[in-house]
Order: sequence, then C-alpha cells, then structure tokens
Amino acid sequence: MFDIQTQLFEGQDIRFGPIDHEKDPEIESRWTHDSEFMRLVETGPARPMSAAMVRKQYEKLEKQVEEDKDLYHFMIRARADDRLIGKVSIYWIEWANGNAYLRIGIGAADDRRKGYGTQALRMLLRFAFAELNLFRLTAAVPEYNEGALALFRKSGFVQEVCRRKSLERDGRRWDLYLFGLLNDEWRDQARAWPERK
Amino acid sequence: MKDLFRGELVRFTMEEPELRAKSEVRWQRDTEFHRLADGDPARLTSEKKIREWFDKQAEDGPQPKRYSFSVRTLADDKYIGFLGVWVDLIHSEAWVGLAIGEREFWSHGYGTDMMKLCLQYVFTELCVERLSLGVHEYNLRALRSYEKCGFRLEGRTRKDVLREGRRTDTLWMGILREEWLQMQNGGQK
Amino acid sequence: MKDVFTGKLVRLSAFDPAEMSKAYTRWNLNSEYFRLLSSSARPLKSAKSEAKWLEEEVAKMSLASYFFSIRTLAEDKLIGDLGLDVVGWAGRDAFVGLGIGETEYWGKGYGTDVMNVLLRFAFTELNLRRVSLSVFEYNPRAIRSYEKSGFRHEGHVRNALNREGRRWDAVYMGILREEWLGLGTDTDIVLDRDHEHRN
Repeated sequence: MFDIQTQLFEGQDIRFGPIDHEKDPEIESRWTHDSEFMRLVETGPARPMSAAMVRKQYEKLEKQVEEDKDLYHFMIRARADDRLIGKVSIYWIEWANGNAYLRIGIGAADDRRKGYGTQALRMLLRFAFAELNLFRLTAAVPEYNEGALALFRKSGFVQEVCRRKSLERDGRRWDLYLFGLLNDEWRDQARAWPERK
Repeated sequence: MKDLFRGELVRFTMEEPELRAKSEVRWQRDTEFHRLADGDPARLTSEKKIREWFDKQAEDGPQPKRYSFSVRTLADDKYIGFLGVWVDLIHSEAWVGLAIGEREFWSHGYGTDMMKLCLQYVFTELCVERLSLGVHEYNLRALRSYEKCGFRLEGRTRKDVLREGRRTDTLWMGILREEWLQMQNGGQK
Repeated sequence: MKDVFTGKLVRLSAFDPAEMSKAYTRWNLNSEYFRLLSSSARPLKSAKSEAKWLEEEVAKMSLASYFFSIRTLAEDKLIGDLGLDVVGWAGRDAFVGLGIGETEYWGKGYGTDVMNVLLRFAFTELNLRRVSLSVFEYNPRAIRSYEKSGFRHEGHVRNALNREGRRWDAVYMGILREEWLGLGTDTDIVLDRDHEHRN
C-alpha cells in the first residue's frame, strides 16, 4: 500500500516542528536546570545552560544536520497550543548500513507519563523507517530510566546489549542497555497503531 | 613498577604522523583489513590528507580523553599497527580500537599481546572502571583474542552492518576493572 | 535521583557571562568582596572586557571546567557565583571557588548551602574523588563554613599574601568522597561494598 497521505509530523496530541530560535531557548534553558531531566536524557554531566548557550547549541545542531547529514532533529509541540514539550533526534546515521540511534526527551516533569513519549516515538519510527528507509534503530537507555525502558519495551524494541556498569551517577555504577528495532519488526506492529490522516 | 609500554612481542610508542600516514595509505588498499577493522564504507584517501589529520591530532597535544599508540615488534622494531584508547572521563569508561596493518603479523599472538598491554595501561595508569569494544561477528580471530584477554560478551546489535548483500551483527564486549584485577591475582582464564 | 542543583536556600543555575560581568562590576566596587576572593590587586575591569573572556571560557563547555551562578530559592535573586576546575582526571580532584557578592547574604548559611550543593554535584554527577580549595587566613567566616561542609585543613602556604602592611597565609583545605558520604548529613546515599543504592 503506497500511503503518501498520512501525516509524518502530526500526531494525536503532539506534532513535530522545527526549532523556534526566538522562543525555544528560554524553555530549553529551564529544562537544563532540572537535573532529573538532564540525567534521563544525557549521559554527559548535567549542567545548567543559559538561553544564550542553548541558542548556540541550536546553531551547531542545524549546522550538523546541514553539513554532516547524519542527524535529524525535531521539537515536540502540543497540537493544542504549540507549546514546546520535548525533542527527538535520529543521530549517528550510517547510510551505507542503514542504521541509526534515536533519542527522545520530554522536558517538564509534568508532561511525562501522559503518553506524549509513546506518540512521539511512533511518529519518529515512521519517519525513520518509511521516510529515511533505515533498516534498524538503536536506543541507549540507562538502567535507572524506568520510563524509557518501559516505552521501548512496549514499542517492540529488543534488549540486545547490557553494557555492565558503564555509567556512574549518584554514588553507584549503572548498566546501560542497547535496544534495537528492525524495519520489518516495526512494520508488523505499526499496522495496529492509530494514525492521523 | 612495570614497564607499561613493553609487552612480550610488541611495544607501544608514540603516534608518528608521517609513518602512520604512509602506512595507512597502503593498508587502506587491503579490503579485508578495512572490513575487519571498520564498519563504514571503504575509501581511498591521499597520504597528504591522512597526514594532515594526524598532524592536527599531534598539534592538539596530550588530551586526557584520547591516547594513541604506534605498535612496534620487539624483535625488529617494525611498525605493524596502532592502538587507540578513548576515555569517558566522567564515567571512567574507556574504549579501545586496535589494528594490525601488516598481514604477516595476523594470527601470531600480536593482537593479544597488544590488548594485554592496553588492559594493563587503562587499569593501572588511567585507572578506569571498565574497558569496552565493539567487534564484527565475522571477525572470529579478534573475538577469540579478546575472550582470551578476559572480555565478556555483553550482547549484539542485530544486523547493523551490511556488506556484500549480507547483514551481520556487531558484538559488544566489556571488561570491568575488578574482573581484570581478579585475573591478575587468581591466574589467567 | 536527587536533584543535584538545588539546596535548602539556593540553587545552582546557568552562568550567563553578560549578566555576570555586570554583577561583578557592581560587586567589585566593594573592596572587601574582592579582597576576600582574590589574591591580586584587582583592576576595575569594564563589564565588556570581563564578559568577552568569560563568554569564551563558558562556551568551551569543557569537561574540566564548570561555571554556575547562585540564586536564592526564595526570590530567585542572583547573589554570587561558583566555579569548579578539575585538576587531574587520574586523581579525580577538583578546585572550587565561590563568592557571594550580595553582602546581605553573608553570615546566614548561604555559603554553606552552596558548598553542600556543590559537593553533591562533584561527588555524584562528576564522580570526583576529592574537592580542594584555598582560602585566605583572614577570612574566618569562609573557613568556618567550609569546615561545616566537611572540609579538612591540609596545610598553609605561608606568607602567600601581602595586604594591609602584613603577610598572610593561604589555607588549603580538602574533602574526600568517602568523608562526604560518611557525613550522612545532606545525603541519604550510602556507598557499601556492592555499590548498592539505598534511598
């Protein structure tokens, strides 16, 4: 079935959008001051960033998308009011091998556990598999990130690697899991997922 | 204290941009070498370009997160390959990548000797908590060598490399500092 | 996981060079402030030149250098700044420097709270094994505050400073990770042999 009509960037309650260089830096700057959020999305040390720093990061990001062509990045916004909720990326894309890594972050603690992550992931998978034509995706998830572990497991990802005691945080070492999903595994499941036409 | 840079078959010396570039330009023509060492498409780069890249590394000076060694035989001081270590300073995890460009030195224990020297270096000098690596599932020689050195298989990312129309897995291996220490004290595996 | 940026009175926030250089210019007018902080006779730099240098340093986002501004939880007021520099990765030791520019926040426990937050950040996010600092012997308020946070005296660099017609020592203090964990005061993490996390 050749479906070119279903919207890639519109979900049920959320949509994917580009970076808004005017408004987004302030909001993302606030996220970076929440060490819980930073520890969920980053393995690098949490460090609060000013809006000016975030703005610089956005420029670097768009430059990389343009020049290295191994990265796609979208902001997640609420469909109702265009409010910035989070961000997603497909990175380390290896075109010859057809594989890439993916990452999702929902910025405000209040916005988590509302199903936005599930919706964002499904949209991202469709983009990666049906538009970028990738063969497989990998997600790296620390063992303490229960939300992400649950999300990837229920989305059909297979836990493939356990990098034992790879991270140190909060006074102890943690395992880091690698989850993988192949294109045809996605295709089999996606039939059952609700879509927006 | 032990000589950190001297093994039983090889020794580590500093990265030499000119020598490395001259050798890489030769080694890159060997498809089997490339496909064992790397996951990205084979390419042919000029010696000048390769040299510039290594010169730039040398210019940056010593970095706490990157260590590059040239590998020479003890017998004839012949330059046979290289070994690189990257360190995640915050989490105290290191990654290693090594390659022997001179084919006649494959399958004679040189790789294992290099890796043992590397393990000693990362655990007793860099003092990291774990050493990790990735290897192609079809690189049986390397896999056996790493197992001999004490690395444990931690999983495989399925079908992430496509070559000659066939998809293969990448194997992920790791060794923890306490495991390596135990090996030193309690005898080899 | 614990919030590593927030204490009881203050929070660590982003260091914005433009904002900070204006603040420094104001705070440096108070000679007591810079005499407590700095060993050199500090020129009153313009906000602009300070900002440029800071901007370059902060933008590097080096793993070895961390800059924070300090804000009160009550009113979100900027009261000072904090810097941490890793001295060596093999030893995992870092030097900390902190200054509170708004004098009405002196002597009220703000400095101690900042240091407690910093120590949690250093030991549980950067995974350092020790934190060091140096303080002038004529700054007893700071020395007491650091002692309260768990720092121990490690030595004096004798006659390092020359001010008000006499020489003064620089006092060196340090705290080890095990010592901080053992304090149990601001932390409910207990590091046992198996690195088991108890909360």
